Amino acid sequence: MRRFEMILPSSVDECVKALATHGAGAKTVAGGTDLLPQMKNGLVKPAVVVDLGGIAALKGVTNGAGLRVGACATARELELHPEVRKRYTALADGAALVGSVQVRNLATVGGNLCNAAPSADMAPPLMALEAEAVIAGPKGERRVPLSAFFTGVRQTVLGADELLVALVMPAPPVPPEAGLYVSGGSYIRHTPRRELDIAVVGVASQVTVQNGRCVKARIALASVAPTPVHATAAERALEGQPLTPERIEQAAGLAVEAAKPISDQRGSADFRRHLVRVLTRRTLTAALARARA
Amino acid sequence: MPKQILSFTVNGDKVDLLVPPYVTLLDALRDEAGLTGPKEGCGTGDCGACTVHLDGKPVASCLVLALQARGRSVRTIEGLGTATALHPLQDAFVRHGVPQCGFCIPGVLMAAAALLEEHAAPTEEQIRYGIAGNLCRCTGYTKMVAAITEAAGMIKKGAAR
Ligand SMILES: Cc1cc2nc3c(=O)[nH]c(=O)nc-3n(C[C@H](O)[C@H](O)[C@H](O)COP(=O)(O)OP(=O)(O)OC[C@H]3O[C@@H](n4cnc5c(N)ncnc54)[C@H](O)[C@@H]3O)c2cc1C
Ligand code: FES
Ligand code: FES
Repeated sequence: MRRFEMILPSSVDECVKALATHGAGAKTVAGGTDLLPQMKNGLVKPAVVVDLGGIAALKGVTNGAGLRVGACATARELELHPEVRKRYTALADGAALVGSVQVRNLATVGGNLCNAAPSADMAPPLMALEAEAVIAGPKGERRVPLSAFFTGVRQTVLGADELLVALVMPAPPVPPEAGLYVSGGSYIRHTPRRELDIAVVGVASQVTVQNGRCVKARIALASVAPTPVHATAAERALEGQPLTPERIEQAAGLAVEAAKPISDQRGSADFRRHLVRVLTRRTLTAALARARA
Repeated sequence: MPKQILSFTVNGDKVDLLVPPYVTLLDALRDEAGLTGPKEGCGTGDCGACTVHLDGKPVASCLVLALQARGRSVRTIEGLGTATALHPLQDAFVRHGVPQCGFCIPGVLMAAAALLEEHAAPTEEQIRYGIAGNLCRCTGYTKMVAAITEAAGMIKKGAAR
């Protein structure tokens, strides 16, 4: 690795100040599972590395009216968190797929989102759960819906002096407190290998049902465009309707419209479109089954 | 770049090392602490040969910057058992003849040790998932799974005694 200096802030304020001082020459490190390989092969050459590991405010998962996931919560924490597994299942699914256990114990949700790979496995679940990004900067805090967070391959709305602090999302309704509303979610990706592989396509679905009709559907896709995207036409086609197999199949077809895939060594654009249809059907079916369970 | 002091716990002992900020935990352990059990297979998180426990959890030490371990507790293969009192996993690996070249074994053992701390009696599926981040280019994984299953049984019996 090229030489760099390290700064070890213990608060968000200190961190923002360090970033403002060092500008584009500085890089934050959380788990390092994206950054270290990039630094080792010379893709990224920061003069200063700012460690987020000493900032307590970035850690942990808090469950209240909704869920607050600290930017430095690890994939492993999310995979094992009882409330995430119960209520935010798509996120537990996505977190469990990241790398190996040795990677998941380091990999943070903030790193996954800020690295902004089109294939990031925690992005579609959080978009389907309507998460908002809490961002800190020199001017204070701002919130951005995750669906507006990504601006391109490896690009986000974050300024060089800004920091992702947490993700917050509303609780998907579950009985008995929500009466007749039930909600369920699922994330599935296609990879040739079961472990340690990158999504050829990933799909997250979250559906909320009342009296047999879908009142809300959120579907987000990975690895089919420069950023993770919502399948808006498919979402609209489901809302207000009973989730019959025919409806789900129709939505799966519409989801393909949101995909603008490229052909690369992992799969052709045609294959990716096919996968969007198949995985949308499978995740909607799984989400519905979980809502009813 | 001035070196900085890294104070942390390694295999139960408080240790201070003088390290440059741009080295990994793996390099600090091998080059500064003299613990050459953890190996560098890939340096990119793919092979698991560098697996150590950080605050009790298995991690790829090739992806951790040394200073990120400040104030924390690290356990390497050197802290698992001793030459005269092998850990049940090490004992089972020897009896099953698991190691061939041996390069991957410290990492596999640390991954397996973490697995057994979480699941006292893991299923084959859980074992395979637990060591999915460890590549072995010599052997198959069949003997590893058998040895880990047996070690889990030995630990359980030992605890019952
Ligand atoms: C072997 C291996 C397998 C992998 N498999 C998968 C996989 O299956 N699916 C998947 O999605 N990913 C995978 N990854 C990629 C990686 O593990 C994840 O993207 C992980 O979540 C990144 O988190 P991190 O904390 O390690 O990020 P870091 O490497 O610490 O940071 C990544 C980037 O985000 C920035 N950053 C981090 N935190 C913040 C913050 N709070 N605010 C602002 N910027 C921030 C950093 O500056 C850096 O540019 C894999 C990586 C490896 C090495
Ligand atoms: S050397 Fe760390 S995972 Fe291969
Ligand atoms: S024994 Fe040689 S790599 Fe596993």
